[in-house]
Amino acid sequence: MNIDYSKVKKITINAPLKLDCGETLEKFDIAYETYGNLDETKSNAILVFHALSGDQFVTGTNNVTGREGWWNQVVGSGLPIDTDKYFVICANVLGGCMGSTGPKEINPKTNKPYGLDFPVITIKDMVSAQTHLLDFLRIKKTLSVLGGSMGGMQALQFCSLYPERTFSSVPIACAASHSAQNIAFNELARQAIMADPNWDSGNYFLSGKVPRNGLAVARMAGHISYLSEQGLQSRFGRKLQEGDGLNFSFDADFQVESYLKYQGYAFVDRFDANSYLYITRAMDYFDLYKLNNGDLSKAFKNTNVKFCIISFSTDWLYTTEESKKIVIALNSIGAQVSFVNIVTNNGHDSFLVNEPEFFQTLKGFLDSTYEDFKNENSR
Amino acid sequence: MKIQDDVLAGLIDINSKVLDVGCGDGNLLLYLKRNKRIDGRGLEINQKNVQECLAKGLAVVEGDAEKDLVNYPNQSFDIAILNQAIQQFYEPRKVLNELLRIAKQAIITIPNFGYWKVRLNLLVTGTMPVTKTLPHSWYDTPNLHMSSIKDFYNLCSLDNINVIKSISISSNKISDITSNNLEIKNLVSELGVFVVSK
Repeated sequence: MNIDYSKVKKITINAPLKLDCGETLEKFDIAYETYGNLDETKSNAILVFHALSGDQFVTGTNNVTGREGWWNQVVGSGLPIDTDKYFVICANVLGGCMGSTGPKEINPKTNKPYGLDFPVITIKDMVSAQTHLLDFLRIKKTLSVLGGSMGGMQALQFCSLYPERTFSSVPIACAASHSAQNIAFNELARQAIMADPNWDSGNYFLSGKVPRNGLAVARMAGHISYLSEQGLQSRFGRKLQEGDGLNFSFDADFQVESYLKYQGYAFVDRFDANSYLYITRAMDYFDLYKLNNGDLSKAFKNTNVKFCIISFSTDWLYTTEESKKIVIALNSIGAQVSFVNIVTNNGHDSFLVNEPEFFQTLKGFLDSTYEDFKNENSR
Repeated sequence: MKIQDDVLAGLIDINSKVLDVGCGDGNLLLYLKRNKRIDGRGLEINQKNVQECLAKGLAVVEGDAEKDLVNYPNQSFDIAILNQAIQQFYEPRKVLNELLRIAKQAIITIPNFGYWKVRLNLLVTGTMPVTKTLPHSWYDTPNLHMSSIKDFYNLCSLDNINVIKSISISSNKISDITSNNLEIKNLVSELGVFVVSK
């Protein structure tokens, strides 16, 4: 499938970005979308961070892939993040593949795609890059920075680095460091990609043969980890794809197999395999504990940011316990922190699906926080 | 119960840092935020209540005081409030002492089991009292550890807790409880409000 990226809106930042790995990007692109309008006092800007497989097209239609925005149920007119009320900004992360500088973009030094010459990036690099977008949009302080999964990790990192640039934050279904289990799942995904002969040490852009199978398997592994045991069981059980007999073959007999295959191969058409390597690596390296000598509270020392931490009961990738650790760290320094654990069967994916209690929590927090921020700005 | 909020607000200094344990829908915290400009936090077990608190702009954590108070640092609040909740804990004594570890002072309110209507109710009917402040039947009550004002006093002296101030509330009448009038106040109070410290 040929994808037309010409419809991506982007800015080029002509300032060097010093990366955690030691390298410097002399200039870089940030592809982004905005929804709604900035109000007069600039009190209603919300910076949404996307997760591993997401992009800047939060809601409406992604005009590159033609797919629905990944947070269509949360962001939009009359929805919990109401675009009639808020100015929503989302950027494609550095290392991504929806227009921001990443391994599939052209390396100015070689005039060829970066491939594995792209430097290994971190969550901190992603967040630093996005502050340039806020500068470009002339937003000094957002009402909130928020996101789920890797988006939540970016939100935490943002609040740690730039506490003066946001009034509040909602880190959802995330953790302050990647667990061994998370790293293991990501490594499984990377090994699947790298085992595909088409991957060609990341140089598949030379042959034009995309490592479809590897990336699809990577995505399938991811998908299993995003759902819960109960969720999979109640949705698929042992239901067969067709008829009521087994085929005695290795085709997709079970509906769950067919579902995974569909998810895996649908992903291949819209995502770059090298990007998957880079972004999962960035997630694995994320460790706010280690950055603060084991004391997470130091990451948020003297913070005035209002936090609302949200976890989901059946999320076994970013567990409720991990979220509670963040709450405890924030509580220990007297930060303004709220916490809700949503009871659900939908696992890690809960933040992406219809989850009314989650929606209500998010909406209540944002709407009341907006009133407070407006008051602060009108003083 | 507006009168109770007024009594509690009267016991709290302006700009205090307050933890309301079992803060419910957050109305008391909101009242204190508006009228005493407190820096308030809440801990609440019921998610619907937590959601209501968030919609009011309050910082409230969903959690169980008996498990989660341990995570709060020593003396990190001026005041911890436990409003008609102490009787619902498995280990009220432990919770009380935890509150005094976390906060310089605690304000505890208890529905008084020594109130004459409660005593009479049990005496006359021979069944567990069901009254305005104790509206549940014995089999579905959340109240595990009922106490009287006198019981609470005794626990405080047992654990070397200072009762800085105690107030009787009955039929919207407020009066001070002292060691001299303890017996009578234990009989005529619907609610007891205690300011305690260690």
